[in-house]
Amino acid sequence: MIWILTFILFAIGVYGVVCKRNLVKIILGFMILDYAINLFLILIGYRKGGIAPIISQNENLQEFVSKAVDPLPQALVLTSIVIGLAITALFVAIAIRIYEKFGTFDISKIKELKG
Amino acid sequence: MIEVITSLFLIFMILGALIALESRDLFSSIISIGVVGFILSALFLFLKAPDIAIVQIVIEILTLVILIRATISRDVCFYEDTREFFPFAVNIIFLLLFSIIFISVLKYMPEFGEISSKVREFYLKEGFKKTGAANIVTSVILDFRGYDTLGEATVLFTSILGAVTLLRRRAKNE
Repeated sequence: MIWILTFILFAIGVYGVVCKRNLVKIILGFMILDYAINLFLILIGYRKGGIAPIISQNENLQEFVSKAVDPLPQALVLTSIVIGLAITALFVAIAIRIYEKFGTFDISKIKELKG
Repeated sequence: MIEVITSLFLIFMILGALIALESRDLFSSIISIGVVGFILSALFLFLKAPDIAIVQIVIEILTLVILIRATISRDVCFYEDTREFFPFAVNIIFLLLFSIIFISVLKYMPEFGEISSKVREFYLKEGFKKTGAANIVTSVILDFRGYDTLGEATVLFTSILGAVTLLRRRAKNE
């Protein structure tokens, strides 16, 4: 059930990237794709009844190892989220330049790009 | 319990994403994507990932600021969105391809919340001993996989450099 819902979110992102003609909508579709993939990786790392991977002062290490959620996907998703911000900023910069040059966000009206 | 919470939040995220993509007004679609991001950050908190929840909130605010800067004071609120055949066909093909992969993989996916890997046990056991960090996520980012973080900083720097280069005014001696 949860995997299917995550896939639906991913599919909405693909629809936004491929079908939309407004540049801002394409950026939003890309962001939705990003969210879906990050969420999927975190869902893979989750364990039932898990605790956050932070050791407190008086905690048994054996018990902690058996209960804590997977720290590796969390660390890599942290990297991935920041890189997503960088890519979005670059996209928006390109979109602003295109708007200044052509006066529109609509990709079908940018005639001069056609070969 | 956690399945119900996750499913509910995911349904809200799907609704928000649909509104963001189908809304006619660009400003309201950006607000909707902000809603999706904040729901995602709350969901990370429920999934026992507090570090990622904090990072997601910060990144979401920055993204919203950047996107609002891109669209505000530009009269692009209303635009016609006529359907063309070619992108729609490409979309159908893409989604069919992804669906086939997804359905064939879904049989082998384990139940939600019952996945265990050997790497996880290694990091949880050795993380505190070898690095002395109480937060295992931090020890993985900054110690075991420090080169990954260096690469991340490089990507961030390069992309911000590209954005600044694209957005700068004309050179002085032109």
